[in-house]
Parts: sequence; C-alpha cells; structure tokens
Amino acid sequence: MSTLTIHCRFFARYAELLGCERVDVPVPNGATVADLVARVRASVPSGDRLPVHLMAAVNRTHVPSGHSLTDGDEVAFLPPLAGG
Amino acid sequence: MVHVTHDPIEPGQLLAAVASSDRGGTALFLGTVRRGLDDGPVAWIEYEAYAEMLEEEFSRILAEARGRAPSTAVAGVHRVGTVPVGEASMGVAVAAPHRAEAFALCQWVVEEAKRRLPVWKREILDDGAASWREE
Repeated sequence: MSTLTIHCRFFARYAELLGCERVDVPVPNGATVADLVARVRASVPSGDRLPVHLMAAVNRTHVPSGHSLTDGDEVAFLPPLAGG
Repeated sequence: MVHVTHDPIEPGQLLAAVASSDRGGTALFLGTVRRGLDDGPVAWIEYEAYAEMLEEEFSRILAEARGRAPSTAVAGVHRVGTVPVGEASMGVAVAAPHRAEAFALCQWVVEEAKRRLPVWKREILDDGAASWREE
C-alpha cells in the first residue's frame, strides 16, 4: 500500500496545544481527513490534546471529515472560527 | 481588492470600491473591538489568521454574493494582528440599486464571513490576562 505525505498546519489554540505550527504526517493511500486527525492524535506529541472531531481545510478550502486526501495535500486544523 | 490587512480599515476605501451611479443604496458594516466587561476590561484583541485561506475564502464569499444579486457590488476586508478597542476588525460594503437588497446582502456576507473565515482572536485584558475567544 502506498503512503501519502500530508502537510499539516495548526493555528491559534491548536498550535499552542501541540507546540508547533507545521508537521508532515504519512497516511495510507485512501485516507480521509478523519483518518488524518486520528493519526495526528496518535502520533504527534501532545496530539491527543486535539479534539476528535474538528474543522479542517484542504488546500485552503473547507472540507467535511470524509474528504479523501491526495499526496502533498496541505491540511489545516482549524479551531472554532472567531473572525468578524 | 486585498481582503487582509494589518493596517486600520478605511471605510472610505470600501465605499469607493462599490460606488456606482447605478446603485442607490449602500450598506456598510464595521465589526469593532468592544471594551467588553464579561471577564474584565479588554485592552486589545490579537487576530490570528490562516492568511492564504482567508484571502481566498473572502474572495469566494464575495463572488457568491455577487452571484446572488448580480446588480450589486460588494467589498470586504479583515484586519489581522493587534486591533485596539474601538477600531474595526472587519469591514463589508454592499451597494445595490435599492436599500433592501443592500442591507440583506451585507448581512449575508457578514454572517458567511463569521462562519467561514479562518480567523481566531486572542483577547488581552487590562490586567494582562490573555485568552482565545471562540464565538
């Protein structure tokens, strides 16, 4: 099974919880955003401090958790939005 | 028009961006940092953004707004970085042939912006306490 490399970005409170803003995470081919979140929670230091269900954007577009990932995607983990 | 700025928002620039002799009603919304008192007096708010997506998402929202009412003109900008109490963090202007359409579309853009723009705010109180505000 081939592996995808996903460029993860963390913002605001999530960046503080993890102590980093970017990390590359390998996931299996066919993985979804939900799979990536689970992988980050399990493998990135302090990743388990992130919620199980969170808002995400892939390549700067909001997506549902079932969105399938492609090698090289940039996935942003978005805390509850508070603009305006 | 650029939709992200570190500088104070200039309402005149927003109004100029939507001005037209064919549009008789113009609505301007400014979201302004409040002094607030829930947890103590607010000194300022630091707005953090996923800047690349903020620019693109604001463009998408404004394009959708134009699609809903092609006879209108819309413009919007969000400020990032430190915004003092009393200064605007977001501005939206909509011009339409008539006022009802301008009011309605301006509200639609503001609600979509609040729901979709990747922006977070960290509130700094007078006593120095800081916390992320999620609302």
